[in-house]
Amino acid sequence: IDAQLWGDHGQEALENAHVCLINATATGTEILKNLVLPGIGAFTIVDGHKVTGEDNRAQAATELLQELNSDVSGNFVEESPDKLLDNDPEFFHRFSLVIGVQLIESTCLRLAGVLWNAGVPFLVCKTYGLVGYMRLAVKEHTVVESHPDNALEDLRLDQPFAELKNHIQSYDLDNMDKKDHSHTPWIIVVAKYLEKWYNEHNYQLPKNYKEKEAFRQLIREGILKNENGVAEDEENFEEAIKNVNTALNPTKIPSTVQDILNAEGWKNITAQTPAFWVMARAVKEFVENEGEGKLPVRGTIPDMIADSEKFINLQNVYREKAMQDASVVSKHVESLLQSVGKVCVYKSKKKCKNAAFLRVVRCRSLADECSVELVNKDEITSCMDNPDSEMVLYLMLRSVDRFFQQHSRYPGVYNYQVEEDIGKLKLCVNSLLQEYGLNVNVKDDYIHEFCRYGANAIKMITHQFVPFNNTFIYNAMSQTSATFQL
Amino acid sequence: MNLLLFSLFREKKRRRIEELAQSQKKAVDGGNEDSQDWDGRWNHVKKFLERSGPFTHPDFEPSTESLQFLLESCKILVIGAGGLGCELLKNLALSGFRKIHIVDMDTIDVSNLNRQFLFRPKDVGRPKADVAADFINSRVPGCNVVPHFKKIQVFDESFYRQFHIIVCGLDSIIARRWINGMLMSLLIYEGGVLDTSTIIPLIDGGTEGFKGNARVVLPGMTACIDCTLELYPPQINFPMCTIATMPRLPEHCIEYVHILQWPKEKPFGDGVALDGDDPQHIQWVFQRSQERAAQFNITGVTYRLTQGVVKRIIPAVASTNAVIAAACASEVFKIASSTYIPLNNYLVFNDVDGLYTYTFEAERKENCSACSQVPHDLQFPSSAKLQDVLDYLIESTALQMKSPAITATMEGKNKTLYLQTVASIEERTRPNLCRTLKELGLTDGQELAVADVTTPQTVLFRLNYTS
Repeated sequence: IDAQLWGDHGQEALENAHVCLINATATGTEILKNLVLPGIGAFTIVDGHKVTGEDNRAQAATELLQELNSDVSGNFVEESPDKLLDNDPEFFHRFSLVIGVQLIESTCLRLAGVLWNAGVPFLVCKTYGLVGYMRLAVKEHTVVESHPDNALEDLRLDQPFAELKNHIQSYDLDNMDKKDHSHTPWIIVVAKYLEKWYNEHNYQLPKNYKEKEAFRQLIREGILKNENGVAEDEENFEEAIKNVNTALNPTKIPSTVQDILNAEGWKNITAQTPAFWVMARAVKEFVENEGEGKLPVRGTIPDMIADSEKFINLQNVYREKAMQDASVVSKHVESLLQSVGKVCVYKSKKKCKNAAFLRVVRCRSLADECSVELVNKDEITSCMDNPDSEMVLYLMLRSVDRFFQQHSRYPGVYNYQVEEDIGKLKLCVNSLLQEYGLNVNVKDDYIHEFCRYGANAIKMITHQFVPFNNTFIYNAMSQTSATFQL
Repeated sequence: MNLLLFSLFREKKRRRIEELAQSQKKAVDGGNEDSQDWDGRWNHVKKFLERSGPFTHPDFEPSTESLQFLLESCKILVIGAGGLGCELLKNLALSGFRKIHIVDMDTIDVSNLNRQFLFRPKDVGRPKADVAADFINSRVPGCNVVPHFKKIQVFDESFYRQFHIIVCGLDSIIARRWINGMLMSLLIYEGGVLDTSTIIPLIDGGTEGFKGNARVVLPGMTACIDCTLELYPPQINFPMCTIATMPRLPEHCIEYVHILQWPKEKPFGDGVALDGDDPQHIQWVFQRSQERAAQFNITGVTYRLTQGVVKRIIPAVASTNAVIAAACASEVFKIASSTYIPLNNYLVFNDVDGLYTYTFEAERKENCSACSQVPHDLQFPSSAKLQDVLDYLIESTALQMKSPAITATMEGKNKTLYLQTVASIEERTRPNLCRTLKELGLTDGQELAVADVTTPQTVLFRLNYTS
């Protein structure tokens, strides 16, 4: 059933993925559970900790997680990540995604450096008391199918392609019997009345509210009337009127896609260029040539009041055009690959349908985030204008990391430590703010709270849906959350 | 507002803790329960319960009794043992709750296994509640989950009254409204003032693909399920004429076979209803849907789509369930322990594009059909037909009833004007639908009692004639 959400190709990507989890804590195993259940290919748990009264680890975790899905293969390595980084850093290169849970800052930064250079996405997760933190670090992540919630339809009414024009011509609204008239798809209705409007308005689309209102009125006047001059019940005309707002939006390439098509880094295709960028280049060539400035036609239309035949025929006009455009793009792909000596076995049809939904996410590296020169001061200080913004939780987490560095433990682990640790943690907070030159105020309440506590995967793998960029903080006290780009 | 009202609720819990302390003093020696708690088991939880902090609830007092209450007395009811239910059970059991009841009327299907992780292939066919309870009881030492393989509607007030908190992981709005109504019926008002000890908090979670929500309902105090009925979009039902004569989509073809062809052909015997979980039934529907689609040149009918349409399946994701269940369980913990101010009162979650949550305070509706004490006015001309009243009860976004039964008290006797759920009565009262309200003898200001699956109690309406 999940595959309905991300499709068979998404499912395939999942099944070929190998995820590495570092530290099988409650949080870590919870994350892995949610990957194992829908069917990730394989996982490996790296954890040097033994089982204690509070946490269950490594081998036990692997065995129990395997129970959840017999198709998934699970492995474990009873080693700390630091040791692995010392002896065999290339160990991490094989993974599609590495998830690091409850890592201390120094280990986290070391690992982040290795993964960044190897191009392996890194997801850092921390839970601390009632605060959750996630940080995604990946140089470049491409999204093929972003599945946006409110995507506008691609109807081309402002610039109908030849086959659509012909199809619209085949209708003669003024000479149809009532049944046909009431069951003509609203797309045709709008197209026909648009022709009338063009004649009277110098071939200009209705632009503002006033003109759109007038256009709606024009359509309304087209509703059939009975012998007594009373308007008949024509639902398709009502649909047309309702859809005027969106139906007449000029066809254009979304800015996010423009950015992708014009991306600097991939202007020259080589044998190493990833498939996504070959595709993007092919789409660009289509847009500049056969597409006449437009993307390949999407090919779907929404359901609407119409008799079966009229609807299916109209739907087929769009579908066939979409397939045509897709095969043109395919040809561009083939010739691009040929030019660098590769042969193509390509599922480009699916990618065309979603040309408008391509996305790229680029995150800053952890190294940059933590560097004094490159830290995102602006983002931090402007969020902290509100001293209760989730940003303060981010600063607290960084401070707690410092505390651990200095004292080899977290603040407030034992009751007797709480009081004293508040002072010590405050020193860490101040030194952090000073080092980064952050002129912000961290309320004492938060320092106290953190002493009290005492101790985005499916998306990455299937390249569908858009992951967050790049820091996510969850506050369970208030049940609020926020995303920051740090 | 919520702070003060919430403190009143806590009184009830405080009294329970006192009772507990009293009863322990009276306890006879030898009743020394094996606590099954290894060293440090509850260290994490204790940090919340035994330490003061700047963001805790104003009335919170750190104590060791809170943990005791959590482990030994607090009784939680979980409704639903599906995607959300499994997550909820796990979260609650691991947080220290030991007295948990779970209600679910379904058995396990193979399609559940990819997210309802308390179930294994060998459990297919067994009741969800039973298997979930067995799993938790054997895996979490000390936890005692009591299963009920039943519909929520078979239990009455005496059952629901025993719980401190009720958490729902349901996939049905009707069921939500029912339990909401049940908790309303437990409220006792004395002299117009609500007795806060009769309040049982309801924590409700819902998910659909990558979206979800979690809310806290304090019956009688905060917005209830019915107060925000408009937030639930009405289910899409295809118009009959489209299905019968003008299909355009593969779904229309499937619904044709489902709604029209099956009752006519009765392929598996008289009175045998279509069972979405029976592969033979679905195969039958699938083949005939393909035939229908072929007639109209419609493509796209698949077995999976067929099952999805018949069962009205909404695709589910394990992670969304995990997030929402976590939010709900956090609220249960907060309320049970009084450590933090609970969610006030509605959380929306969406991770289609990045990760997004939005929290707001849903407001009570003054004339809510479930939680306001006000009888509802129905405005109709005396010439309106009973059918018009019926249509209003069903179509109004505020009421959204399913098959309301309308009764009036006339000349001292209860008269059923229309009832759909019993065939013989339906036949007898059907002519009333075409009669006008005046013809039926209903007077201006007449009280009508309406019963429906969406509520355990009859709803009273007052009929006001507009002309």
